Amino acid sequence: MKTPQARERVVITGMGVVCPLGNDVDTLWEAILAGRSGVNRITIFDASTFPTTFDAEVKNYDFRRHVRHPHLHAGCSRGSGFAIGATVQACRQARIDVETTDPSDDIDRTRMGIYLGAGEGSLDNDGFFASIIAGWDAQQQQIVWPRSVQSALGTMGAARELEQEPNMAAAHIAMLAGARGPARSCLTACAASTQAVGEAMMLIRRGAADLMIAGGAHSMIHPLGITGFNLLTALSRRNDSPETASRPFCASRDGFVIGEGAAILILESLTSARRRGVPILAELIGYGCSSDACRVTDMHEEGRGPVQAMRAALADAGLTYRDIDYINTHGTSTQENDAIETLAIKTVFQERARQVPASSVKSMMGHLIGAAGAAELITCVLAIRDGIVPATINLHDPDPKLDLDYVPNVPRKTAVNTVMKESFGFGGQNNVVIMKRFSEG
Amino acid sequence: MRSARVVITGLGAVSPLGLSAEDLWAGLVAGRCGIAKIRAFDPTGFPCELAGEVPPYRIQDHVPKSIRKAVKLMCRDIELAVIAAKEAVVSSGLVTKGIDPEKTNVDPTRMAINLGAGIISCELAEIGPATAASTTDGRFDIRKWGRDGIQHITPLWLLKYLPNMLACHVGIIHDIQGPSNTITCAEASAHLAIGEAAQVVARGSADVALAGAAEAKVNLMVMLRQDLLQRAVTGRNDTPESACRPFDVEAAGSVFGEGAGIVTLESLDHAQARGAKILAEVVGIGQSHNVHPDYEKMEPDGTGIRLAVEKAMDDAGLGPEDLDLIIPHGTGIPHDDLAEARALEAVLGPAVERVAVWPTKSMLSTTGAAAGALDVIAAVRAMNERVVPPARNFTRPARGCHLNIVTARREGEIRHALCCSHTFGGQTAAVVLRACREGARP
Repeated sequence: MKTPQARERVVITGMGVVCPLGNDVDTLWEAILAGRSGVNRITIFDASTFPTTFDAEVKNYDFRRHVRHPHLHAGCSRGSGFAIGATVQACRQARIDVETTDPSDDIDRTRMGIYLGAGEGSLDNDGFFASIIAGWDAQQQQIVWPRSVQSALGTMGAARELEQEPNMAAAHIAMLAGARGPARSCLTACAASTQAVGEAMMLIRRGAADLMIAGGAHSMIHPLGITGFNLLTALSRRNDSPETASRPFCASRDGFVIGEGAAILILESLTSARRRGVPILAELIGYGCSSDACRVTDMHEEGRGPVQAMRAALADAGLTYRDIDYINTHGTSTQENDAIETLAIKTVFQERARQVPASSVKSMMGHLIGAAGAAELITCVLAIRDGIVPATINLHDPDPKLDLDYVPNVPRKTAVNTVMKESFGFGGQNNVVIMKRFSEG
Repeated sequence: MRSARVVITGLGAVSPLGLSAEDLWAGLVAGRCGIAKIRAFDPTGFPCELAGEVPPYRIQDHVPKSIRKAVKLMCRDIELAVIAAKEAVVSSGLVTKGIDPEKTNVDPTRMAINLGAGIISCELAEIGPATAASTTDGRFDIRKWGRDGIQHITPLWLLKYLPNMLACHVGIIHDIQGPSNTITCAEASAHLAIGEAAQVVARGSADVALAGAAEAKVNLMVMLRQDLLQRAVTGRNDTPESACRPFDVEAAGSVFGEGAGIVTLESLDHAQARGAKILAEVVGIGQSHNVHPDYEKMEPDGTGIRLAVEKAMDDAGLGPEDLDLIIPHGTGIPHDDLAEARALEAVLGPAVERVAVWPTKSMLSTTGAAAGALDVIAAVRAMNERVVPPARNFTRPARGCHLNIVTARREGEIRHALCCSHTFGGQTAAVVLRACREGARP
């Protein structure tokens, strides 16, 4: 493999988002500054009898309003549709032409790649369950396969099946932007899109691409997704007060609130950004990744993996814990995550642990699963831009064991130059990205 | 900027040809076909009743005693990955916690893992009773499901089906605490995972990485999907062994199957310091994207495939004259095979007449995410044995295909081998390997 000549600096030149707090970056940021909750009753399907009846949904969104050629994406999954809108916004800001075979942006498409942390599309639930019912033999209490097959072949469609594949969001983005550079999609549970951004940065650093369309897209708000998380008792069951249910670091937290959405960041080599003369929003300077290697069901009790990922990101950035102004936490509102994340921050930040603001925007946005990290990274860029740290809302009843500065309930005006973003996923996936205010030199 | 050389020091494979890399190679050399009528379930009614299934195994025989309880949380994709990973570690001479906790010889924080995984369809048998408890007038009733149905499903059900659980289970067994990723780009996943893991080692984020992929496609939903997409061969149910015919004039679709392929990647320094046997060097990685409005198909001119191969060759600093073997993706789907042939012909130029092209899916079937990893292992073995076996089920080239598909066993040095892959959805990838002769410094 080629040895890169020099380490390319990697900057962010575009951002786009479709999420429960709004379908563009400005609306998202207004909601965050106002401390609004994006949580509501589940409307995508009838979840009225489920243990959890609320979620954080994308509202009033139709990808077809955001593209000139919607037929090229007809039948795409919810997640892919979100990704299309977020990509259009991000490319517009970064002055990348989309939906054209003849772009005028002077970008070599073979040097523009895609890296998404993206999830599955929803099953064709009607066809799926009907096929099981058609094959179910009540006496033997098992499925008679040929009867299920016959039903499935009659009811299920090829396009709908294809759109369930997790690589399809990247496929739609490639179609949209004509991107021919390195293309990958990963799915490391709740850490996926932070990983995608981190690895995309590495591809630019080693010279494998000049630009990367990086981020995440996911909606697990479908019957089997909600079933799975409910069975794991991972979701909050505060059905009588959905908008206060996501309460990271609060003593009475009882689980996360599932959300959905997509967030895209345009990563670009500094050389390319300067050549094109596009405004630079922030610089990515560090990435660290680790695995707990502990249990699939829960985190290592000392937060070994998160600690290793944070330290790896700091080392990669050439920084120490003294250089971080703000920690954008994973902060899910589960008992376990928030306790272990707090412990890990204390281990890494030592005497500064209580002085560094560490908030969770999931308190407002909910948990976008695969797309969470990228959406939260956008709030980090805005925190640097405006010198405002987002609050952790719904934090009225602090957990006495959790004593960091979580920026309770009210966003805080303060100088923010360097931010650490943490994302942790089921199975012990830990990804940490560090960004800073861009400065020449 | 520092960049380490990355070598392969271990191989692990589970395939329709057997439960080890040795079984895989022996089967390929003998031209054995791993495709047969589906045994996992009654395939009556499927347009394609064929699959490449892994021979029977007991997962308990392949995991350390200390984690035997965890096998309850392993779907079949995870099991295949666990079996292949063990072989990849053992054959490399590394001793992890999962091999012998008393004699480990590798720093767990300096080990990485990167596996490709497919979309994992849940076992319908697990959902059956829940669904049966959720009907009103013979139709599915979501309110009953939410109240009663889900009570019939085991609490940790979701954890069996998250794609990253392959890497997580393998990582727990072998105590892999460094970078971990799961690539979900369908049939291009393995090459993308191996490529990324090689870059992780090259940049110094780990000394050792387990990389590859696993997927078990032989279940009702996934096989059905291939039928609906018209990717599966039809009309050949009575002749399973000649059903899958990559690049052949009589090709009519692919056969799908299951497998796992994992290689141990290592920085050259780390491998040499411990005196490891070096099997090959990863010298080039290339990736691109197919752009076609029919997302399940390749562009007719193969642009996305060609770009990935060109990038890999450029990364390796090699030209067509340096290549002696290509293992193509070659699924047996005529349209896609032709696109791949055009891409490879464009890259090879006049060398197309000389470079041996050896498709393997006529024997292995299309094993989803795992496909590219089995091909990398086959290429490493071919380089070490200095043998290219003949392609099975290839008699006459499909119209428009000018590749030099090997029809008779070839012996001789293989300096460099190229493996490439592409997938519905459009991601394309290529890996270039350099042979390491016994006793010679790479």
